[in-house]
Amino acid sequence: MSAVLAQLGPVESPAVDWAALLPVLLPAAGALLLLMVRSLVPARLLRPVLDAVWTVALSAAGLVSVVVLWNRDSEPGGFGDQFVLDGTAMFVAAVVLGSVALVAPTLPQYCRRVGIDGSEIYVLILLAASGAVVMAGAADLIVLFLGLETMSIAAYVMAALNLRRLASLEAGIKYFVLGAFSTAFLLYGIALVYGATGTTSLAGIAQYFEDFIVLRDGMLLAGLALLLVGLAFKVAAVPFHAWAPDVYTGAPTPVTAFMASAVKAAGFVALLRVFVEALGRRADDWQPVVFALACATLVVGSILAAVQDDAKRLLAYSSVSHAGFILVGVQAASDEGATGVLFYLAAYAVIAIGSFTVVASLSGPADDRTSLDSLAGLGSRRPALALGFTILLLAQAGVPFTSGFVAKFSVIAAAADARSYGLAIVAMISAVIAAFAYLRLVVTMYFRDPEDADSDEPRAPVAFGAAAVIAIAVLVTIALGVAPGALESLSSTASGR
Amino acid sequence: MSVSVLASAAPGYSSAPFAVLTALVLVPAAGALVLLAMPRTRPDLFKLVALLASASTAAMAVWMLASFDRGDAASFQFSERYQWIEGLGVSWHVGVDGLSLFLVVMTALIFPLAIVGVEAEHSPKPYYAWLLILETGCLGTFVALDLVMFFVFFEVVLVPMYFLIGGWGHGRRAYAAIKFFLFTMFGSALMLVAIVALAFLHSSAAGGDVTFDLVAIAEAQLLATDTARWLFLAFALAFAVKVPLFPVHTWLPDAHTNAPTAGSVILAAVMLKLGTYGLVRFGLYLFPEASVYFAPLLVTLGVVGIIYGAVAAAMQRDLKRLVAYSSVAHLGFIVIGTFAINTEGLTGGVLQMVNHGVSTGALFLLVGMIYERRHTREISELGGLQKPAPLLAAVFTVVMLSSVGLPGLNGFVGELLVLLGAFNAHRWWTVVAAAGVILAAVYLLWAYQRVFHGPATGANAEMPDLRWREGLLMAPFVVAIVFMGVYPKPVIERIEPAVDAVIAHVEANVPGFAEPVAQVQPAVTLDDLADSSRADGHHGEGADSSSDDHGSGGKNGSGGDSSDGDHGSGSGDGSGDHGSGSGDGSDGDHGEGGG
Repeated sequence: MSAVLAQLGPVESPAVDWAALLPVLLPAAGALLLLMVRSLVPARLLRPVLDAVWTVALSAAGLVSVVVLWNRDSEPGGFGDQFVLDGTAMFVAAVVLGSVALVAPTLPQYCRRVGIDGSEIYVLILLAASGAVVMAGAADLIVLFLGLETMSIAAYVMAALNLRRLASLEAGIKYFVLGAFSTAFLLYGIALVYGATGTTSLAGIAQYFEDFIVLRDGMLLAGLALLLVGLAFKVAAVPFHAWAPDVYTGAPTPVTAFMASAVKAAGFVALLRVFVEALGRRADDWQPVVFALACATLVVGSILAAVQDDAKRLLAYSSVSHAGFILVGVQAASDEGATGVLFYLAAYAVIAIGSFTVVASLSGPADDRTSLDSLAGLGSRRPALALGFTILLLAQAGVPFTSGFVAKFSVIAAAADARSYGLAIVAMISAVIAAFAYLRLVVTMYFRDPEDADSDEPRAPVAFGAAAVIAIAVLVTIALGVAPGALESLSSTASGR
Repeated sequence: MSVSVLASAAPGYSSAPFAVLTALVLVPAAGALVLLAMPRTRPDLFKLVALLASASTAAMAVWMLASFDRGDAASFQFSERYQWIEGLGVSWHVGVDGLSLFLVVMTALIFPLAIVGVEAEHSPKPYYAWLLILETGCLGTFVALDLVMFFVFFEVVLVPMYFLIGGWGHGRRAYAAIKFFLFTMFGSALMLVAIVALAFLHSSAAGGDVTFDLVAIAEAQLLATDTARWLFLAFALAFAVKVPLFPVHTWLPDAHTNAPTAGSVILAAVMLKLGTYGLVRFGLYLFPEASVYFAPLLVTLGVVGIIYGAVAAAMQRDLKRLVAYSSVAHLGFIVIGTFAINTEGLTGGVLQMVNHGVSTGALFLLVGMIYERRHTREISELGGLQKPAPLLAAVFTVVMLSSVGLPGLNGFVGELLVLLGAFNAHRWWTVVAAAGVILAAVYLLWAYQRVFHGPATGANAEMPDLRWREGLLMAPFVVAIVFMGVYPKPVIERIEPAVDAVIAHVEANVPGFAEPVAQVQPAVTLDDLADSSRADGHHGEGADSSSDDHGSGGKNGSGGDSSDGDHGSGSGDGSGDHGSGSGDGSDGDHGEGGG
C-alpha cells in the first residue's frame, strides 16, 4: 500500500487561502446548517424570526470577513487560480451580502402575511448569495458557470415560493425555462472560447490575446457572442429582458428586491470579468454590440416603465432601464467604467431594496395589490412611508443629492472619457423618460385622492423590520448623494486592484 | 486686467471672516430639516421657523452686499473651495462677483417676503420645507463655481418646485408640475453630458487631474472651436428651457398659472434667472467663441420671444397667465442684452435680471392678492377694483409701470441699457425689439384698465383693500423699484466691472472680435445715466405721486414709454432729453470703460 503511494509521489494540491473563501463558505455553510436544524428540531420550538436573525447574522459575518480581507495587505487569495478574491470580487461580495442583510429583516412579517411557510426562503437566499459571491470571485469560466448556476437555481425556486399565487408559479416556471435556455448559450459560449484560446482561465484568455493575434477568429467571435447573450439574459438587457417584468412582478416582492440587487450585481460583475478583464483586448469586437444593447435597454426600459399601471411592474421595467445605465459603464471598457459600474451596483442595490420593500409592505395579504391606483393618497395616509418612497424614486430618477445622481454621473463620466458621447446622450434622454415614470408614482401618492373606498380601509402597519430597512435605504441613499467620496474611492480602488 | 484677477481667484482666497456663501446655501436647508423634525402638533411654529431661516439668510446676504469690495467687483469674492468628490475632481467652490451679487441678494430677500406674505393653503409643514429647499437650490446655483456643483443645484431646484406646483397649485396642477419637471430636466440632461465631456477634454488637453472648476476651464480655453460650439449648444439648450426662450417656453404659462402664489413669485423672480445667469456665466464666459458665433441665433430667438410673449400676453383672459407671458417677453430683452456682448447690453441684461425679479415678483404677489379676494383671475370678471381698493391699485400701478419700463422706475434703466447695447450689435433686430416695449405698455395698461377701471359691480365693489400687513409686504418692492429707477448707480457700478471683465475675456479669446460699440460716441453712457436718471427721478416721483388718479397716470406711462422706444432706436436723440452737461461727462467716462 505504502509502496503504491510512494510511487504516486507527492500530490499537488492547489494553494487554498481559506480566509479568502469565508465570504462564500459562511452563507453556504449557514444555509446547510439552517436546513439541517430546521428539519430536525420541531417547528414550534423555533420562531420564524430566528431564521431571519440567523440570515442577517451570517451575512453580517460575511461582510465582516470581507472588510478584514479588504484591509489585509497580502496579494488577493483564493482557491488556486480558480477563485480569486480581488478588489472587484470583494466589493461585489459586500454588495451581495449587504443585500441579503437588508432583505432578510423584511421576510418574517412578509412570509406570515402572505402565507409562505418554512425556512426554505432563508436557505435559498443564503445559497443564492454564496453562488453570487463565487461569480464575483470567479477567475475561470467554469467556476463562473458554477456560481451562476448555484445562484440561478436558488433564484428560480425563490421566484415560485408563493404557492398560493398563480403569478408567482408562472414567474418561477418562466424564469427557470428561459434561464436554463440562456445558460445553454453561456455554456456553448464558454466551450467555443475554450476552443479558440485553449483555456478557460480568465487570466489565461487575457494572456492569450497578449501573446497572439487571432487571424481566423470565427470561433472566437461566435463564442463571444454566445457568452454575451447568456450574460445579457442574466442582467435583463434588451432584447433578452422579456422574462424580467413577469418574473419581477410575479415573484414574492422581497425576492424581487433580492433579484434586482444581488442577482443583478452578480450578473454585471460576470460581464465585467469576462468582457473587460479577459476579453479587454478584443474590445473593438464587443464594444459596438454592448453599445447597441445599452441603447436598446435604456430606451425600451424607460419607455415601457413610463406606461405601466402597476407599481411593481413599473419598478421592474425601471430596473431594466438601470441595467442599461450600468451597461454604459461596461461599454467604456476602462477602469473608470468599472468604477462607475461598481458604484452604480452598490447604490442601486440599496435603492431597489428600499423601493421594493415599500411596495411589499403595501401589497396586501395576497401580495398582489400593487397597482398604481392603490397608491393614491398615500402621501396623506402614510406621510413617512410616502416621503421615503419619494426619496428612493427621486434617487432612481437621478436627482442630485441622492446616490442615484452620483451613480449616473460616474457612468456618464466614464462614457464621456471613452468618447462614447452618443451613448451618454441616449442615456440622459432615457433618464428623462424614466423620470416621467417615477413622477407618475409620486403624483399618484401625493396629488391624487384615493378613488376606491377600499383603499381607505386600515392596512396592517409597516412591520418593524421593513420600516427599519426602508429607513436605512433612504438614509444611505441620501448620505451617498451628499458625501459620495468614500464609496467612490472604494469602488475605484476595487476596480483597480 | 480683470482677467488676471479672475485667474488668481485661486483656492483659499477669501475675504470673509466666516464662510458666508456656504452658510447662505446651507442655512435654508438646515431650516427645512428642522421643520421636518418638528411635531405635527405645533403648526403655529412652522411659519416662524421658515421665516427665521430665510430671514437669517437674507441678513447674511445683506451683510455680504455691504462688505462686497466694489473696487474688485470683477473677481470672485468670499470664495471658498473644498474637495467634494475627490476621485471625480468635483469641488465645493463658491464665490460671487458683480454678475451674481445682486441675484444672490435678491433671491435671499424675496424668499422671506414670499414666506411671510403668502399663507400656506394647507399642510404648512411640507410647504415651508419645500420653499426652504428651493431657496438652497437657487442660492447654490448662483454661487457655484464648479460645473458639477452648479449642475447639482440647477437640477435640484426642480424637485421642490415640482412639489409646490403639484401640491399647492390650482387647476391642472399635476399636469403643470410634471410638464415643468420633464421640460427642464430634458434641457439639462444634455448639459450633464456636455459638462463631463468638457472636463475630460479640458484635462486631456491641459494634462493633470480632471477638474470641473469653472474658472480654470474658462480661463484656459483649450477646446477646439467645433467642440466648443457643440458643447455650448448643449449648455444653451438647458438655459433656453429655463429662461425660457421662444420655442421651448411652453412649460412656463402652465407652471406659472397653476402654481401657488409663492411658487409663481419664486419661479418668476428667481428661477427664470437661473437660465439667464447661466447664459452669461456658463455661456459667454465659458464659451466665448461659440457665444459670439451663436449670438445672432440667440438674439433672434430673444426678439421672437419679445414679440411673441407680448402678443400672447395681450390676448390672455387670465390675469396670471398674462403676467406669465409678459415674462417671456421680458426675458427676451435680457437675452438680447446678453448676446449684444458689449458693456451696455450685458450690464443692462444683468440689471434687468434683478429688475424683472422685483417687478414680476411683485406683480405675482398682487395677482395672488386679487385672486385670494375674488377667487378668480379672469380679467372679464374683474373690473373697477380701483374704487374699493385704491391702495392696491396704486401699488399695482407702480409695479406695472416698472414692468412697462417707465422712466424713473427700475425697468427703464435696464431696458434702455439693453436696447443701447443691442442697437450697436444687432441694429435692426433692436428696432423690432423696441416695438416690444410699446407692446408691453399696450398689454399691461390694457389689462390694468380692464381690471381696475370702469364701474365696480357685484363682488368687485366689495373687494377689501390692502391690509396693512400686505402693504408692509409690498413696501420693499416699491422702494426697490423706485430706488433702482432713480439712483441705479450703486447697482450698476458693482455690475459693470464684472461685465467689463467678461467682455475683455471674450475679446481676448475670440480672434477678430471687438466689442460692438457705436461708431458715433453714444451720448448716453452708464455713469451719465446714473446721473441723468437721478434728474429723471424727479419726474418719476412726480408722476408717481400724481398717479394716485390712475387714469391719467396710466396714460402718461404709455406716452412716456413710446418715447422711450424711440429713444432706444435712435441713441443720438437721447442726448436731447438728458441735458448736455452730463453728455460731456459721459464721453470721458466711456473712454475709460472701453479701454
